[in-house]
Amino acid sequence: MSDPVINPPLNPVYTGDTTHRQDSTGEIHDHGHHEHHKDNFITKYIFSQDHKMIAKQFLITGMFWALVGGMLSVIFRVQLGFPNQAFPILETIFGKWAPGGIISPDFYYMLITMHGTILVFFVLTAGLSGTFANLLIPLQIGARDMASPFLNMLSYWFFFMASVVMLASFFLPQGASDVGWTAYPPLSAVHEASPGSGAGMDFWLIGMALFIFSSLLGGLNYITTVLNLRTKGMSMSKMPLTIWALLITAVLGLLSFPVLLGAAILLIFDRTIGTSFYLDNIFINGHALPNDGGNAILYQHLFWFLGHPEVYIVILPAFGLVSEVLATNARKPIFGYRAMILSLLAIAIIAFVVWAHHMFVTGLNPFVASVFVFLTLLVAVPSAIKVFNWIATVWQGNIKFAPAMLFAIGFVSMFISGGLTGIFLGNSALDIELHDTYFVVAHFHIVMGISAFFGMFAGVYHWFPKMYGRLMNNTLGYIHFWVTMVGAYMIFWPMHYMGLAGVPRRYYSFDAFQSFNMFGGLNEFITMAAMLVFFAQLLFLINFFYSIFYGRKLTNENPWQSNTLEWTTPIKTGHGNWPGDLPTVYRWPYDYSKNGDEYIPQTTPLREGETGGH
Amino acid sequence: MTTSVLVILAIVMFALVIFQLAKTTEFVAILRGEDKTRLESDRINSRLMVVFLVAGMAALFWSVAYFKKHMILESASVHGEWIDSMFNVTLLFTGVAFVLTQIALFYFAWRYKHTKDRKALYYPENNKLEMWWTIIPAMVLTTLVVIGLYRWFQITGPEPKDSNVVEITGKQFSWMLRYPGKDGKLGENRFEYITEGNGVGIDFNDPRSRDDFMPSEMHLVVNRPVLLRIKARDVIHDVGIPHFRVKMDAVPGITTRFWFIPTITTEEMRKKTGNPDFTYEIACDQLCGTGHFGMKGTIVVESQEEYDKWTSTQKSFYESGIQGTAEEKKFAEISMQLKNAEAAKANTTHE
Repeated sequence: MSDPVINPPLNPVYTGDTTHRQDSTGEIHDHGHHEHHKDNFITKYIFSQDHKMIAKQFLITGMFWALVGGMLSVIFRVQLGFPNQAFPILETIFGKWAPGGIISPDFYYMLITMHGTILVFFVLTAGLSGTFANLLIPLQIGARDMASPFLNMLSYWFFFMASVVMLASFFLPQGASDVGWTAYPPLSAVHEASPGSGAGMDFWLIGMALFIFSSLLGGLNYITTVLNLRTKGMSMSKMPLTIWALLITAVLGLLSFPVLLGAAILLIFDRTIGTSFYLDNIFINGHALPNDGGNAILYQHLFWFLGHPEVYIVILPAFGLVSEVLATNARKPIFGYRAMILSLLAIAIIAFVVWAHHMFVTGLNPFVASVFVFLTLLVAVPSAIKVFNWIATVWQGNIKFAPAMLFAIGFVSMFISGGLTGIFLGNSALDIELHDTYFVVAHFHIVMGISAFFGMFAGVYHWFPKMYGRLMNNTLGYIHFWVTMVGAYMIFWPMHYMGLAGVPRRYYSFDAFQSFNMFGGLNEFITMAAMLVFFAQLLFLINFFYSIFYGRKLTNENPWQSNTLEWTTPIKTGHGNWPGDLPTVYRWPYDYSKNGDEYIPQTTPLREGETGGH
Repeated sequence: MTTSVLVILAIVMFALVIFQLAKTTEFVAILRGEDKTRLESDRINSRLMVVFLVAGMAALFWSVAYFKKHMILESASVHGEWIDSMFNVTLLFTGVAFVLTQIALFYFAWRYKHTKDRKALYYPENNKLEMWWTIIPAMVLTTLVVIGLYRWFQITGPEPKDSNVVEITGKQFSWMLRYPGKDGKLGENRFEYITEGNGVGIDFNDPRSRDDFMPSEMHLVVNRPVLLRIKARDVIHDVGIPHFRVKMDAVPGITTRFWFIPTITTEEMRKKTGNPDFTYEIACDQLCGTGHFGMKGTIVVESQEEYDKWTSTQKSFYESGIQGTAEEKKFAEISMQLKNAEAAKANTTHE
């Protein structure tokens, strides 16, 4: 591939921040660092247009949501682990939601719904993509900022508004939405079907609509930036896998989120102006509804048309981060760079044609289902290729166990464990048995929840020095990793056993069923493990925020001796990223341990006789 | 209350202690020299990788043995056996892949830890290897797809001619059952006829409906196929019967179906499990509101003679619950309204 163009080292129209335009008096700056412009508090920390600050905003908002979402799960785990046991403190804190210190069913369903919504969208989509696409795309492709810093800022603030709306919904008299994160109508469409189907659902839909705007503004920017603003020499085939992953993620989001928006708008119509897109023949609370001729399954098709790509939107950035961290710390090129890109592309394409595997037992035409079985199991092939390539990257490496590396290895282990159970669920005949049981809960928490979190942790530990110019405490990082790794397996592995016994998910209590009530002890164990893991995340938070202010200062701009461009910027990276000209790229990012050099940055010109790629 | 606060305080203190200890290791590291410290933590972490692998695998096999009696649910239907054997085949393939890849990952992580006197191998790609680990998974998955779809089409195919028919309708938060009565045919039902008294909207103008009965418990004949006609009248529910490996959504406005052949009677199952109270249960497997977890139905599987005896004691829903009550009047009114509306519609289209 010939090197397309690339933004000139000097970019006269660059207006990274609004103050720049006002301050400059027609003089064109030779380079992008603007330290002589005075940013005030608001333009620097709040309405910032610097991609690095926006990344931090996404990260910290995402961490806030992770804390909230994690806390919700600890609370509902209390009910599952210790059913009917009174904890007076719950009543003190939650009042009517936990009368007598026991969580009410209404509250339980609200908790699981919001846990899912928050973790999938607000943490693992916005928190993960938002953070690392913003931080890494300009830095790793050698751009001064995003193509449109202003849209980028809007993207964060739409996310912020979505967050405010979602958070506010907890305080409604009837509480937040309680119909599950998938919000299937008629349950989500008919106000009287559930306490949370009233105002809680309105807030949920508005929050999601704002969230989708945020995600689209971000995605457009990421794609445009990667395609147009690569520095000299940075051809597509020299991009780090992080950028490939983030680019493909953005494309997936851009093509699928609008469909969810469509589904949400039709749902809003059904709820407010009496349309019947999803409603037909409903008799509830002693009276019939006038709605006629809709189809409840239509919503599921629309929802999962986003919903399935969404799980790849969550996991692909983790793929990218992990590939980068593994190669850097194994001191070895990522194995099969081209195969890694091709498998990313294959996964992304297949991601669009597997959605109905969530719907095998909805009464879907069996022949249609069979096509989705085939396509679903097909996706296991590129996933397997990636796993083998990661393992081959570690093989014969010279591994440094930075906390980021531990999480990257943990990611591969989790991804194997969770990915393999997908082969059971994707096969429709087996799905009859396993559908909507704890087996599914175990599967998706391991393969996209824990794995994506591990990718995110790997990313935070690895790029923290770039973000804050300081180092995090390693020992705390090690403790954080090992407790989380062991604890996460303790939480989710035994859920497979419950699923095999047919225990359905989303049950407040198993008392009514003799088929499901034999796992009391196991549920208690899982709850204790969940609390332990939550505790370990507090250590991470302490480490993170303490290190921002008091961590050891970075003395070397390239602490991991990495090849990629972000480590060629100064420790205190100003707005514009490189003080002088933009760097020029000569080689791919994975020249580790080549010809006796432990690492060769991308900016190092080729030696005589050396070929460009690898 | 106070104990809870104390517990939380203790947890916070514990976190702070760990934090302080971790900070001191950092200072010690600086004093001892960073390289030395890094080598040591590499050594510890690489060893923990192997410890984790071995302990994890041990815990896995131990826990499977420990929970075996709970998780292997006796399959009590013909297709349940197919699904179970398919599960075992899938477990075999994925189990091998799981063990091999996890061992490779953690073993390599331990084996190739950082040392000063060694360099990593510069080995960016090997197309032959990539080809093999594309082809092998593809072949395994093809096998699984072929087995899976063969069974899938058998399970979802048309029901045998001699199947009994049972209608099951979900509502918040219980199941309503309807059996065809002596004529062996279910009468028509229609959404418009639904009232509190006529829960599934039976059309009593249809003579076939007159002997339909609506028991509170489902009875099935062992080794005789049964077709479930599945409906819902408010939100989506799901008929889940774990022992029969049955699961099918109940969707308002749509009738779904699932047929199966129960193979073990309730009596036999009580002997097999040693549980004198064993009962087949129907669970709702699709979140349907805040009472979702209590939406239970029960099933009795019995011999043909027992079943015949049971059906002979069942009273027709029309005769026992509708005939001569206010419900019958209500039904007649709705029936008239519908007729008028249809006539009016026919007229307008005529003009």
